[in-house]
Amino acid sequence: MIAVIDYGLGNLRSVSKAVEKLGVEVDVTDSPERIEKANGIILPGVGAFHVGMQNLKRLNLLSVLHETISKGTPFLGICLGFQILFSQSEEHGICNGMDIINGKVKRFTHDLKIPHMGWNQVKFKTQNSKSKIFNEVSDNSYFYFVHSYYAEPEDQNVIIAKTEYGHEFTSAINKGNVWGVQFHPEKSGDIGLNVLRSFLSLC
Amino acid sequence: MLAKRIIPCLDVKDGRVVKGINFLNLVDAGDPVEVASIYSRENADELVFLDITASVEKRSTILDVVKKTAEQVFIPLTVGGGIRSIEDIRLLLKSGADKVSLNTAAIENKNLIRKASEQFGSQCIVVAIDAKRKTQNLEWEVYTYGGRKSVGLDVIEWAEEVMELGAGEILLTSMDADGTKDGYDIALTRAVSETVNISVIASGGAGAPEHLCRVLTDGKADAVLAASIFHYGEYSIKETKKYLKERGIAVRI
Repeated sequence: MIAVIDYGLGNLRSVSKAVEKLGVEVDVTDSPERIEKANGIILPGVGAFHVGMQNLKRLNLLSVLHETISKGTPFLGICLGFQILFSQSEEHGICNGMDIINGKVKRFTHDLKIPHMGWNQVKFKTQNSKSKIFNEVSDNSYFYFVHSYYAEPEDQNVIIAKTEYGHEFTSAINKGNVWGVQFHPEKSGDIGLNVLRSFLSLC
Repeated sequence: MLAKRIIPCLDVKDGRVVKGINFLNLVDAGDPVEVASIYSRENADELVFLDITASVEKRSTILDVVKKTAEQVFIPLTVGGGIRSIEDIRLLLKSGADKVSLNTAAIENKNLIRKASEQFGSQCIVVAIDAKRKTQNLEWEVYTYGGRKSVGLDVIEWAEEVMELGAGEILLTSMDADGTKDGYDIALTRAVSETVNISVIASGGAGAPEHLCRVLTDGKADAVLAASIFHYGEYSIKETKKYLKERGIAVRI
């Protein structure tokens, strides 16, 4: 069973429907017990960083997420769920994140349209860096993005892929059993389902 | 590079697609889920459902359509038409819509844009602007109720205002070009796109791939909405994207 974390922030239905479409049982939940038992965890999310962190705290989900990550349960953060993995964000002042990945979340400052919205290309750092969830994805494939902030890891080794919007930013990371993607695989058609399928096969 | 988006728009009435789509050997050309799936397979970048259901009793049919579509189609879906309240928006998003498009209600109640973007995020709030040329000069007026009523607002000023209120995108329809198949209103699209720093989706007037090409280059649109050009099989989305790519426009093939 895959746990999709319900912390009161959008697009849960799209993520859970995508997982179901791939024939995997899914539990959209905010229960620490259910999360602990899951074979894999997806943290989705659209919305504000500080609201996301507040909700995770209020629902007492931070410790169970940290525990399941340290015991090796495969974890996928999507969009805000990816950004929340970082140390802190400068959205609405400075707000601390889960600090699983060292680094900061920053706002696009250049003179471009915000949010960065639409299909953009994902460039892998190296073929080897593609890592397990991108095995079947060719370089420069298009995925669907919607975000106004981007994450900047301190450790370059966690970066799997980058995307260009005004400047290059990190669009996918991997550290051990933790994956994070800035784009929405559940909204990226067949190629997005392919990434989700590869993640689910690790669970 | 960020791709320009091609977005087919389906008119949905009482849960059925109207303006029959008479190609692609559909089993049921009126089934929104089937039509949406086919467009997704054709590499449409997003989909728009425009709900034109007139009767209040049947308003909830769109929620069912959205639910069923979201189970089968995994590209962004925007729903517009008749949305009047935060509750309408909440129900659509909960059913699986990714964005909602506000029009008349946004003009009559500007606070709705602000409240909706605060509550659900700017990324899911599209404001539709129906624009009509005032004179021969480059000035346009905002219309509501499907283009029947002028509200005495200048399009450029209104576009700036909706951005400040928190809209994430503008769906800009030229009432003059709509239905002509003579091409988009390039000057209008360009004027709005150069004013705001959110995405502008051009709509109204598409009759051939070259029209899409012009509004994406000269018109500076971020995306194009099109209906009949695709629905009647005159051009496929794939052909159209190939045409655009050959002219140096970044598209997702």
